[in-house]
Amino acid sequence: MEFEPVIGLEVHAQLLTDTKIFCGCSTRFGAEPNSHTCPVCLGMPGVLPVLNKKVVDYLLKMAMATHCTINRESSFARKNYFYPDLPKGYQISQYAEPPAEHGWVDIETEAGKRRIGITRIHMEEDAGKLIHDENSPSSYVDLNRTGVPLIEIVGDPDIRTAEEAAAYLKRLHEILVYLEICDGNMEEGSFRCDANISLRPVGQKAFGTRAELKNMNSFRNVQRGLEYEIKRQQYILESGGVVVQETRLWDDAAGVTKSMRSKEEAHDYRYFPEPDLVPVHVDDKWLEEIRSAMPELPLEKRERFVSQYQISPYDAGVLTSGRALADYFEEVARLSGQPKAAANWVMGDILRLLNEDKKTVVECPVTPTNLARMITLIQDGTISGKMAKDISEAMYTTGKTPGEIIEEKGLVQITDENALAAALSEILAKNPDQVAQYRAGKDKLFGFFVGQAMKATRGKANPQMLNDLLKKMLSNQE
Amino acid sequence: MELHQLTIHELSEKLRSKETSSEEITASTFGRIDAVEKDVHAYITLMKETAFAEAKRADEAIKKGECGVLTGIPIALKDIVCTKGTLTTCGSRMLSNFIPPYDAAVIEKLRAAGAVFTGKTNMDEFAMGSSTETSFYGTSRNPWDLERIPGGSSGGSAAAVAADECIASIGSDTGGSIRQPAALCGVVGLKPTYGRVSRFGLIAFASSLDQIGPFTKDVEDAAIMMNVLAGYDNRDSTSSIEEVPDYRQFIGKGIEGWAVGIPREFFVGGLDPEVEKAVRQAVKTVEEAGARCVEVSLPHTEYSLAVYYIVAPAEASSNLARYDGVKYGFRAPESRDLLDMYKKTRSAGFGTEVKRRIMLGTYALSSGYYDAYYKKASQVRSLIKRDFDEAFTMCDAIITPTTPTPAFRIGEKTGDPMQMYLSDLFTISTNMAGIPGISVPCGYSASGLPIGVQFLAAHFQEGRLLQIASAYEKQANIEKRRPNL
Repeated sequence: MEFEPVIGLEVHAQLLTDTKIFCGCSTRFGAEPNSHTCPVCLGMPGVLPVLNKKVVDYLLKMAMATHCTINRESSFARKNYFYPDLPKGYQISQYAEPPAEHGWVDIETEAGKRRIGITRIHMEEDAGKLIHDENSPSSYVDLNRTGVPLIEIVGDPDIRTAEEAAAYLKRLHEILVYLEICDGNMEEGSFRCDANISLRPVGQKAFGTRAELKNMNSFRNVQRGLEYEIKRQQYILESGGVVVQETRLWDDAAGVTKSMRSKEEAHDYRYFPEPDLVPVHVDDKWLEEIRSAMPELPLEKRERFVSQYQISPYDAGVLTSGRALADYFEEVARLSGQPKAAANWVMGDILRLLNEDKKTVVECPVTPTNLARMITLIQDGTISGKMAKDISEAMYTTGKTPGEIIEEKGLVQITDENALAAALSEILAKNPDQVAQYRAGKDKLFGFFVGQAMKATRGKANPQMLNDLLKKMLSNQE
Repeated sequence: MELHQLTIHELSEKLRSKETSSEEITASTFGRIDAVEKDVHAYITLMKETAFAEAKRADEAIKKGECGVLTGIPIALKDIVCTKGTLTTCGSRMLSNFIPPYDAAVIEKLRAAGAVFTGKTNMDEFAMGSSTETSFYGTSRNPWDLERIPGGSSGGSAAAVAADECIASIGSDTGGSIRQPAALCGVVGLKPTYGRVSRFGLIAFASSLDQIGPFTKDVEDAAIMMNVLAGYDNRDSTSSIEEVPDYRQFIGKGIEGWAVGIPREFFVGGLDPEVEKAVRQAVKTVEEAGARCVEVSLPHTEYSLAVYYIVAPAEASSNLARYDGVKYGFRAPESRDLLDMYKKTRSAGFGTEVKRRIMLGTYALSSGYYDAYYKKASQVRSLIKRDFDEAFTMCDAIITPTTPTPAFRIGEKTGDPMQMYLSDLFTISTNMAGIPGISVPCGYSASGLPIGVQFLAAHFQEGRLLQIASAYEKQANIEKRRPNL
């Protein structure tokens, strides 16, 4: 029998607000344990949560970017369970009345384009962290992360392959980062994914028994974990067994999923409306504020780049992989008036230099103005492409303008035909044998003359002019 | 009359006219505490040292002509409001070592108004009870009869006012915890509209029902206290932005022409004949003051107790989850592992009644039972609220008994939780609806126990409530007795 996987992903994205969702503590990562805490996020007796409006702003952005229906009223609920990293003994989340529902994103895999539904998006608070010390019988609790805002994006069970799952995740990741509401760092846990996966015979409508998969902290691990789980469940079903409903953990090192807890051990979260918070009302004005501040999203930008700048879909993809990079490119294209050259330089030298330094375009020492200026100088023949390579590297290391570098290095291209002709005559006179051989038909020697000429001019000769002139002089039979 | 026997407004007059000083008042109050506290046991923690320092500051302020209405007045605090640097136990072993690093919003307000804090008063554990018998710190005594309970859960605060161990006090009311002990101790107790007073720093029992309010010796003092306590607080999302009037302006105004509702469901079986007689007399007094009494119906009243014992324990089961021994408070020693620590800590840290309610609430919220219990209860709660909304279209205020009986004996109802729960029968629906209520003394039983009458008003009508309560107080002119301590 042939089986079809049914996969639904739950994504938790940490929001980039300065302060926590229900108190004024900082959300900064990596501080001294428990230094970013107050009575509210420590869950002390008698304190109360107050909603950070920024969190709603960010949720609305994501809801709009993923074509969700936005509910004008939503409310908070308590999810009750005991764990030391959860100081109140409940997590404030949203349950019965989510703020956003029924959205979608388009994904593309080798199998083609597909639309994946989004069930709902809601706000909640993050829990803290336990720190285990192998040499100590006790564990420690760090509550800095407690109350850091999250949005949970619950996907429809529309995904059919591990590859689609990875593509869907990448799409969500890209949108979140584009909206500048999440830093997307999977290792630090600011973008996390759980997967529900079941198999069913092809053609069957009803879902099979699902396993919930956790602990996959990279796109690759999500794909590997799901691939493994598909095989595992397939094996069980094919050998006549039954899949058990349970939570499984992906073990990256072993490359397998392992049972964590069964359905019987599953929590009863006893959700009920959070009485300490009032419902969130989103009015027209609020929605309009968010809508008007929405940036162009990656897919739209990609399509625009292809049509507006006449660059390839691949190049458009690279250049829109980040909002800052896309802005950088567009600025260079605008200032230089040469989008294709701008694309080549940004994707080529600039990205290479940045990657070597593990820097992002925001930290790029070459300003768009300087890069555009350099492209203009190539276009008007002031410098050669080869010179430009040196200049761009020098701009990168020093942050100076192309003009300053050209001056310092004396790099202006020789475009004076007489000066170049004089230099060439000298070379031809010095190498009578090679001249004779060339004229006898040994065309390969042309390169030799170009090399000599470049050496003599220290690379400053305008290559096109040099070629033309050299050909003319060599063909002039004396 | 000794200083500690006077009211806030009487003492304020004396302070303003430099007839006495806060230090004298404070000394008088602590003298009284020294004399009777061993019998009454109103307090868990006394704050004598800081009280005298506060009194000194108050006197300096008065010297500079900065005399507010509460400047230099000794006030007792229910041990459910967090006081920065002072033990706040909530009557529980679980918090028997908890010293909050913050003040509750009402503490800040009282401090700013110049109050002198005498101490933290005894209460039922986590406010769950109607007698203070569930307190980890022992039972407070009713100053009128030391064999009897003072009511609860704010029993310590009520007893402290009745025994003159403070001039006024702060309590909290989730199902009657201010009004019931006020009635049983013969003092005035006001539960404001839900959202009128900030709950920030009030240790939560049932978040959608809890409200802080004052115990005072007369209605005017209640108005003075409300002027200080009421108002919006951005740290409590459920606090109201509704404007706060000067409540004192309602004192002494008449109620001529008012329609006062008598809910027929409140004068039924289970009502003690002496209480019924006293309250019927109060109805007459209100009519003598010029009001017209009309019968109103609150048909869903009969469900209020049932609804309450689903909603309140459900919220409590969640609110009390934070007491796990991890961060603060009591932790049972010698645990094998995390689960063992939770179990031992919560088993030893909570008393029987608290555990009973946590279990009730956990059950009501459990998957498969939520719809039948919590959800249904929430729906009926809306109906209870609607009953009141409708009643208030026909009357300006409602009059009812506060409690079914006068104070009962210590131990009389501890074996039967249902009997204990019934003592809140007349107060609970108020919290369900979120409306304000006040209990005012209306007489004594034959054996000399105080009886209270309750007035209710529509949301944010504390002004009206105080107006009718003060008009009644004046018209009734109940004989002023003092407990024989």
